[in-house]
This record gives sequence, C-alpha cells and structure tokens, in this order.
Amino acid sequence: MRNRPFPRIGVSVLAAVLALGACGTRSEETGATTTLKIGFDAPTTGQLSAVGLGMQHSAEMAVKEANAKNLVPGVKFELVPKDDQATPSIGQQNASAFVADQDVVGVVGAYNSSVSQSMQPTTASANLLQISGANTNPTLTRGAKHKDAPKRPYKNYFRTVTTDAKEAPAVARYAYNELKLKEVATVNDGKVYGLGVIEEFTHEFEKLGGKIVVKQQISDKDTDYSAVVSNIKSSSAQALMYGGEYPQAGPLAKQLKAAGKDIPLLGNDAVYDDEFIALAGDAAEGAYVVTAAEPIGNSQVQQKFVTDYKAASHKEPYGIFGPYVYDATMAIINSVAAVAKAGDGKLPEKPELRAKVTEAAQNVAFDGLTGKIAFDEFGDNKNYSVTMNTVKDGKWSVVGPVG
Amino acid sequence: MTLTELLQLTTGGVVLGAMYGLIAVGYTMVYGIVQLINFAHGEIFMLGAFGALFVYAWVPALHEISLWLALPIMLAAGTVISVVAAVAAERFAYRPLRGAPRLAPLITAIGLAIVLQQLIFLYAPLRELRDDRWETTVGAKQPQLFPQLPGEALQLGGVTVQWADVLTLGFAVVAMLGLAYFVRRTRTGRAMQAAAQDPDIARLMGIDVDKIIVIAFAIGGALAAAAGLAHGLRYGQITFDMGFIAGLKAFTAAVLGGIGNVYGAMLGGIVLGVVESLAAGGLSYVDAVQQFGGGAWKDVWAFVVLILVLLIRPRGLLGERTGDRA
Repeated sequence: MRNRPFPRIGVSVLAAVLALGACGTRSEETGATTTLKIGFDAPTTGQLSAVGLGMQHSAEMAVKEANAKNLVPGVKFELVPKDDQATPSIGQQNASAFVADQDVVGVVGAYNSSVSQSMQPTTASANLLQISGANTNPTLTRGAKHKDAPKRPYKNYFRTVTTDAKEAPAVARYAYNELKLKEVATVNDGKVYGLGVIEEFTHEFEKLGGKIVVKQQISDKDTDYSAVVSNIKSSSAQALMYGGEYPQAGPLAKQLKAAGKDIPLLGNDAVYDDEFIALAGDAAEGAYVVTAAEPIGNSQVQQKFVTDYKAASHKEPYGIFGPYVYDATMAIINSVAAVAKAGDGKLPEKPELRAKVTEAAQNVAFDGLTGKIAFDEFGDNKNYSVTMNTVKDGKWSVVGPVG
Repeated sequence: MTLTELLQLTTGGVVLGAMYGLIAVGYTMVYGIVQLINFAHGEIFMLGAFGALFVYAWVPALHEISLWLALPIMLAAGTVISVVAAVAAERFAYRPLRGAPRLAPLITAIGLAIVLQQLIFLYAPLRELRDDRWETTVGAKQPQLFPQLPGEALQLGGVTVQWADVLTLGFAVVAMLGLAYFVRRTRTGRAMQAAAQDPDIARLMGIDVDKIIVIAFAIGGALAAAAGLAHGLRYGQITFDMGFIAGLKAFTAAVLGGIGNVYGAMLGGIVLGVVESLAAGGLSYVDAVQQFGGGAWKDVWAFVVLILVLLIRPRGLLGERTGDRA
C-alpha cells in the first residue's frame, strides 16, 4: 500500500518531462503546429475503384512528402479521403462535408467530370480551392461554349490534366492521318465525360473528311451490348471510337470481336488501364488510346515516385492519373505555402484562409511530377502533352507524342 | 436493316430472354404459393455466378482441364450456394413473417438483398490470375473476370451464335422440360399446384405446405444459379451488384407472362429480351426515330411493353395462376 504513490508520481513526472520535451522541439524548429486538412474525392469502391484508390494512394504520398520535408513550416497536412462511387450526388455531399469542416483548405478531385460538375457550385460557395488530377471535360473550366466563347464558370476550380478538347481531336487526327481510317463508329456512355469525348472527336474527324457511320449510346449500368454490337457489325466502320471508361470499353470490345467484327477500339485516357486489357482479352489488341502524358518513369523525380509507390506495396497501380493527382495535391500545398510566405510564416484566420489559398493557386508555379505546373486564366494547366498508346501482346506500349 | 441483322438481333434477344426467364421462374413460383415478391432473388442469381467462380478459382485442377469439363462442377457449386441461400432466406427471413402484413416480408426481402450484396462486396474470398500469378483478394470490389468457353463462335447463315448462348438456351430448355414434368407428373409437383390454389385446403388434405414452400425456393435458386453461370460465360465478368438489374428485369418478365405461371415466366422473359434487343438495335436503322434506339433506351421500351400488356391483358400473357385469397 505504501509504495503506491511512488509509481504514480513517477508516471506524472515522466509525462511532464515528455510534454516539456515535445514543446521544446516544436518551438525550436517551427513554432506551434497547426493541422490543415486536404479533402480527397474519387470513386474508391465499385467499378472504378482501382483507378480511384490509385489516385488516393498518390495523394497520400504527396501529403506524406510535404509533411516529411516540412514544405509549409508549422503546418502538418492531413488527407481526408471520401468515396463518391462515381455518382454526382454523392460527390456533392462530400463537397458539402469538406466545406463544413473549417480545417479543410483544399479539395483534390474528382475523377469523373460529371461528379466535379456537381461539386463545383458547393466548393465555390465557400471559396474552397478544388484541383482535379483527372477531369478532362473542357466545360468544367471554360463553360458550355468552350469553343467559341470560353468563360470560366468557377474561380476556385483548377486541374492538372489536359482536356478532351486537346485529347479527342488528337485521336481523330491520328485515326485519319496515321491509321488511314475513313469511316468510324462512335459509342458513348451517356455521361458528361463520354459525351464530351465523342463530340470533340466527331467535330475533328468530320472536319478532316472522315465519316461517322454509327452513333450509339450505352448505359454504364449495362453488360449486354449485343444490340449496339450488331449495329456496328452491319456497318462499314473501320474502327470504334468509345467515349467512356474501361469497365464498359473492355466488354464492348470483347463482344464486338466475338460477334465477328474485328476492328480496333479508339479511346481517350479513361480507357487506358490494365483492367481494360483484362476485360477485353484478345479484343484489346491493336486498340489506340491517348493519355494526357507519357506513362511516367523517365526523369529522376518520376523514378523516385515509382520506387516509393512500389515500396508502399499498394495493390492498385497509380495508373495514368496518379501522378496528376500527386501534382494536384502538391499544388494545394504550394498554394498554402505561398499564403504562409506572404504573411511572414503566419496563416490568416480560418474563414479568410480559404479565399487566400484559392487566390494563391492562380499564381502557383512549381516543378511537379508531370512537368511544370502553372495554371492559365481558365484554371487549366499551361503545360500539356498528349501521347498515343496501343495494346501490343497484351500490354500497353507507347506509340509517341501526338499533336 | 437486312434479314440477317433482324435474325441476329432476335437471336440475341431470345438468349437474353432465356436468361431472364430462368430467373423469373424463381419469382413466379414463390409468388404463386406465398404471394411474396422475393426481391432478394436477383441476389440469389448473383450468388450462383459467384459460387461457380469460387470453385473455379480455388480448385487448381479445374484450370488444367477444358472449361467444358469444368462446367458441371461449377454449375453444381453455384447451385449449392444459391439453393442454400434461398432456403436459408425462406427459413430465417420469410417464415417468421408468414401471416404478417404483406409489406413486412417485402421490405425484409429488400433488406436481405442489400445484405447479400454487401457480403459478397466485402467478404467474397476470390483468387484472380494477374500476370500469370494467382492473387488472393477479399471482397468483390471490382468486376471479377469469369473464365470463357474456348472455341470460335458458331456461324449459322450469317448469324453469329456464341457457345455461351447455346448453353444458355440449353439450360432454359432442360429447365422448362424438367419443370413441366415435375409440376404435372410428380406427387410433390401436384402438391405444389394444390398449395398454390389454396394452402389451407391443401394443408387439410395432408400436404406439408412448409415443405412445399422450401422446395419452391430451392428450385428457384437452382435455376437462378444456372442463369448466373450463363451470365458469367456470356459477358466474361460478374459484379456484386449484377443481381439488381437482372432481378428487376426477371420480375418484369414474371409479371409480363402472368405471375404464378412458370411457363408464363419463361415466355415473358423471352418477349422482354426480344423487345429490348429489337428496340435497341432495330430502331437505330429507322432515321426518324434513331434517337430512340440504342442501348440507352432499351429499358424504356421494355417497360413500355410491360405497361401495354398490363393495360390490355392485366393478368399477363398466359394468365395468373394464384390461389383465391379473398
């Protein structure tokens, strides 16, 4: 009984010492630490979960690195991932949750253009910075009349990837000039992204003198495409341009080949995924798909990213969008850093902080994983490139840059 | 549109319809006896497909032999899982609610459907061949690849027919012949007819109605499993939520054919499949209505046909066969 108080005192002394010690190191290096949150939104369950999780892991790596390198002195970042199930209404709920949390200074996301379309008004209402590493629909930054009279709808929305307005016409030109295709069938999935891709493709392909012989639409809830397939089969189409994502592109290519129409599939970056080859099987062979950049791995920073990603042994690959999401996350962190620098290391109070960060994003400029990151007056990345890829022997291989 | 194209679309529609029909039989038999719309039946179909995939993934010996030889084992495994799930659902979810207001078991069925979906989504023990290596994963969070039948598709005068299509039609024919024999000629089958007409009188005549209900669930489960296997072989992938749409279509087929009527369920399925296929494929050839064709509109036409049939023949194509419950 007598001995009891001693251990207690011992523990409290120890705790006090530890606490003092902790305070000591903190004040020595950085002053008081604040934790700021970065929201993350992507489909991390369901059909698109492989892409979504690859993006999430990439964003996590960016946050980890920023914290390790202490990019913003005195600020620790924390990623808050949310699943949108590729559904606009859920994305909008997530956006509301991010807006409600005063610690959130920026949002990375979404994957689907349709989801971002629903998130934009919500994040804009709170002046909350939103940067996507995967949205390619041009209207998100340039408004409905993006070709003739571009007008930026939301000042708080930016993206690190290039747009369909650059990618889909590149497919059309490649198909017409290099592959010598004159007649093409198009199929879209009825979503904002898919419709946009086909619109851009058709515009360019017809301008070049090509002909769209079949125009079809499928639903992303469907698995049976036999009606669409038999339409294409009886047409003179030399290739199928698909506007949509790999979970439908794979089976569609497979069913088309099984029906006896052995024509290549053309597509934009949402088709570029190993899962496409797995789903399509033999039918994937000879497919031509553009991506917003070369698969990374050339420069030193890129190699470091690849090694670090491998070391973390995630099941899902970072895919084509992982590096862009990494850069999107870094762009938010750099914006916060710029605000901190302008205030001599002090961040403004919470409600004001968001507006300042969004303002800073417009002028941010840094060397990212995918190249220089800086935004134009619409919020699009100034630096962009488009690369053509094809499936050869069951693997993606790079054809080269296309204009 | 040429004749060949018309035939191609019709063939596709018949095969799709046969699959709907196989699932619809389960809806209709159960409804005929207990007047329950078993909305979890689509999930029983999904479980059948996953059961077949489980045995294929976990028994390495099956990878060595031709898929044709592995099929009976896969079908057996799918059937076991579907039947066990269907019977367990009856025993633990629906039987305690027998005699409760009709809404109670209906809501239970919807709840059960969500539970079964999420179980597969979160806990399905799967193995997948990736880069020549078998990898184990838990939970079907992505579409799962289903093994494919070897061999070229059949060409019948310009119409392409996949081997999986032949198999689907085979399942449907065997199932319908078997059911016809069972219902008309066997003692249990006749007892089932009696229970459907009037369960109380049937019970007075010495029929164990509870047993008959279990058998109805079991038969429905077995046919759904065959449909599940056919779905996997036809489309090459299965997902945890594939039962929802398929179940809805099959329910529509059952109503279209006359609920409670097993032949009606198959006929309703085939009509639905052909309408979908012709509407989606055929309308695209007519310039004036091209925008109403294509895959995006096919569900609309399927339900338009349902509404028309219910307006003109409210009891379905072949007439309802349910007891008098006034």
